Amino acid sequence: MKAITNYVRSLFLFELLKGLGVTGSYFFARKFTLQYPEQKAPVSPRFRGLHALRRYPNGEERCIACKLCEAVCPALAITIEAEPRGDGSRRTTRYDIDLFKCIYCGFCEESCPVDSIVETRIYEYHFEKRGEQIMTKQMLLDVGDKYEKQLAEDRAAQANVR
Amino acid sequence: MGSLVELWTALPVVIQIVIKIVAIMLPLMLLVAYYTYAERKIIGYMQVRMGPNRVGFFGKRLWGLGQPIADAVKLMFKEIIIPTGANKLLFLIAPMLSIGPALAAWAVFPFDAGLVLADVNAGLLYILAMTSLGVYGVIIAGWASNSKYAFLGAIRSAAQIVSYEIAMGFALVGVLVAAGSLNLGDIVTAQQGGLLHWFWLPLLPLFVVYFISGVAETNRSPFDVAEGESEIVAGFHVDYSGMAFAVFFLAEYANMILISALSALMFLGGWLSPFPDSWSDGLFLLGDGFHWLLLKTFFFMFLFLWFRATFPRYRYDQIMRLGWKVFIPITIVWIVVVAVMRVSGMPWWFD
Repeated sequence: MKAITNYVRSLFLFELLKGLGVTGSYFFARKFTLQYPEQKAPVSPRFRGLHALRRYPNGEERCIACKLCEAVCPALAITIEAEPRGDGSRRTTRYDIDLFKCIYCGFCEESCPVDSIVETRIYEYHFEKRGEQIMTKQMLLDVGDKYEKQLAEDRAAQANVR
Repeated sequence: MGSLVELWTALPVVIQIVIKIVAIMLPLMLLVAYYTYAERKIIGYMQVRMGPNRVGFFGKRLWGLGQPIADAVKLMFKEIIIPTGANKLLFLIAPMLSIGPALAAWAVFPFDAGLVLADVNAGLLYILAMTSLGVYGVIIAGWASNSKYAFLGAIRSAAQIVSYEIAMGFALVGVLVAAGSLNLGDIVTAQQGGLLHWFWLPLLPLFVVYFISGVAETNRSPFDVAEGESEIVAGFHVDYSGMAFAVFFLAEYANMILISALSALMFLGGWLSPFPDSWSDGLFLLGDGFHWLLLKTFFFMFLFLWFRATFPRYRYDQIMRLGWKVFIPITIVWIVVVAVMRVSGMPWWFD
């Protein structure tokens, strides 16, 4: 008996029509594709994008050249050289991040005792020539200066879990 | 108006025919181009995506309507790479062999009462011959490419097309028994009288078999083992690029449109209106006309895309089983049933 019903069902393409029904109903379903360059997905305050070096509100750079980030970096993307500055404080003379090596793990940010090196929300950037992937200290500070407001807000929003 | 008719009749017959051919080919090619667009859009919508929506005209997006034009231009500018070890002559002839029959078949296709390029008495036979010829393009392409993937695809495709040709032919035998003619125009006029007088009802199994065989004939999913992206890359046309590839592409889509149009013609009454004459008399667009044929053809063209969005690919042995052990017996039995209906003069259709 079961064989007969199975046969009849397959003869009348029952399952196939059911399948057509599924795709047919999705044809009219609402599409939620994001039209990327015009629309953008919301970004979390924890997002780990392009790097930046921050300053204190008085304009003094935060980085004290402790080299913890350099030590913790699993991809060896950070290169730091440091010397005492004229006023006797210890500062970096060179702070390079190779963005080709960087895996955006965020360990540098976590290890930083003064919240100096941070990862921003910026994810739209590109390089056109070999060598452009090296972020120098000045470039990192510039990014930090430009987005300081956003960076401070994001750190504040995450303060209770850090 | 009168002078136009005079001008027309003054033209040599050859020029008249060429103009008629262009009048069929140009809209057909445009339809093919926009069929690819419709495919991407419809399958996209069924997969809850949007499909192409960037390329438009004059700086406007227009839902991506410029996409097929952009694709065509891109393909035209690409190099036609001829693989080393390929038979150059056959390699280049194959795409033409594949598109030639796909376009030639339209010669006997009636678009409206009396509106046909060549009113051949054996039109159905001619169509059958033309659609069968298409397989040579595939076989030669696969062989001339000198690549094992292309060759495998060609063999699969040839076996599949030949198998389904039989079921398709038998389904058409049912139609010509029912209509009593091989002339496509006469087949349509035999279905006169409205929705219930069309052949889809008395020939329902043949109708289903014909359309599914048509899907298999054109190597469309779920019968696309000939292309089998996951196993043999693209089948017989792996080694084709640029315009040579585009011609295969055109042939495939022209064949799909042909199968759709033929299904509409033979089972859904072609250009006939679905309403009985007494209802539609004199009402705008409700009477018989080309637009009904277009509508029915679009319905079948949509089915092709719907199938592709829905069904996974058949396994090779399942395809052969379906063709030989299911479709051919069904069609043979139903031809006998149709013959009995026809001889006994069953009311509605055959009285």
